[in-house]
Amino acid sequence: MTPKIETKNLQLYYGAHHALKGIDFSANANTVTALIGPSGCGKSTFLRCFNRMNDLIDGCDVEGQILIDGMNINDRYLNVDELRKKVGMVFQKPNPFPKSIFENVAYGLRINGINEKKILEEKVEKALKQAALWEEVKDNLKKSAMSISGGQQQRLCIARALAVEPSLVLMDEPTSALDPISTSKVEELIYQLKEKYTILIVTHNMQQAARVSDKTAFFYIGEMIEYNDTTEIFTNPKIERTQNYITGRFG
Amino acid sequence: MTHLETELGKLKGDITGMFILVQKQLNKSIQSLLAMDKDLAREIIAAEKRVNAEELKIDRVCENIVALFNPVAVDLRLVFASFKINSHLERMGDNAKGIARYVLEMNEKFDTELIEKLQLKEMFSAANKMIDENIAAFENGDSSKARLVFEMDERVDAINFAATNIVADYIKANTDKTVHLLNLMSIIRKLERVGDLQANIAEEIIFYVDAEVLKHDKSFHNKL
Repeated sequence: MTPKIETKNLQLYYGAHHALKGIDFSANANTVTALIGPSGCGKSTFLRCFNRMNDLIDGCDVEGQILIDGMNINDRYLNVDELRKKVGMVFQKPNPFPKSIFENVAYGLRINGINEKKILEEKVEKALKQAALWEEVKDNLKKSAMSISGGQQQRLCIARALAVEPSLVLMDEPTSALDPISTSKVEELIYQLKEKYTILIVTHNMQQAARVSDKTAFFYIGEMIEYNDTTEIFTNPKIERTQNYITGRFG
Repeated sequence: MTHLETELGKLKGDITGMFILVQKQLNKSIQSLLAMDKDLAREIIAAEKRVNAEELKIDRVCENIVALFNPVAVDLRLVFASFKINSHLERMGDNAKGIARYVLEMNEKFDTELIEKLQLKEMFSAANKMIDENIAAFENGDSSKARLVFEMDERVDAINFAATNIVADYIKANTDKTVHLLNLMSIIRKLERVGDLQANIAEEIIFYVDAEVLKHDKSFHNKL
């Protein structure tokens, strides 16, 4: 089986700082992979390689291959806009646009040239249902997205990412700004979404990684120290540094 | 249903499956004993490997749930109780295998009159009923059914207690069958142990459902 995403000898530099050191990684479709590790270990940098978000940082240099469906996206001639249609992203803090709930979800669709009302309505409803938000907002779609709760805003951002039907969803600490109930809803959502999407999630919450992911990668000072099934990482890690980290002995 | 609920549901299904597997082993052990069916006894010994494999699998499931989901309250009690019930059931399987081993060693059937006098079938029936009650209690989270098990265990203990004198008298009258009769006594002890294990399981179910710890609380058992 061809992996959905893969990196080969991925090196990333921020100027002189060597932030990712030869990462060889692969994940299959319809899986959730958690990236864990202490602050500054490179996990968010690694995540952002898959939608070329690091391009926006001055002095950032990426070497090696980053493959999605077998295609190397670390290519200077690649159309990054096209790439980002296929790779959705959810950030740490909910960042809805100051528009209605409906227009937030429809935004990406409109950019992609979909303007027919009926199609937009269908796709917005589908995305809100996938994000487990439909029942809570279906009667208030014209309401401002800024007026709903933080947990609802984050699920709205997930719906916005899903509306354009990406094949890969990147999540960078998607629940760190949420209360426990909203966190639990988003975690359940992640678990359900893997039926249709491949998900890569960065989290500082190790228990969250344990709860939601199939595979876990432990990063430390720019290296991927251990990558294995989540059950193995959390019951019998093979490398002492991983064990020390997940048991709270450092980091 | 949440991810954790799904995993806990699977665990409950695994434990119920283990109950049924071990109950079958026990039923077969008594059948093999009464009919002196050595083929059936061999079947029990072979199936013991499945019981052991199932125990290891359920241990692993419990470990994974604790490591991955950090269950709390009733969910945590369910995992702890399942872990211990699993171990008790495996030991019950060992007792069924132990009975089968005696059947393989013996060369003649037991005297029907003696079997009647010892109330061996009643003892087995009570042990079996205890398993049924525990399965229902565990599956439905119904601690009232688990509490019935202690009374049944008293009955099994009483039969076991009475058996010593009956067998002793029989040995005096049949000294040539001493080993054979001592083996029978060992089998009775194994059935008594099955009763104890079911009582232990009932305690775990009450812990899971009602958060009540009955272990070592003889006053509770005596009240029944």
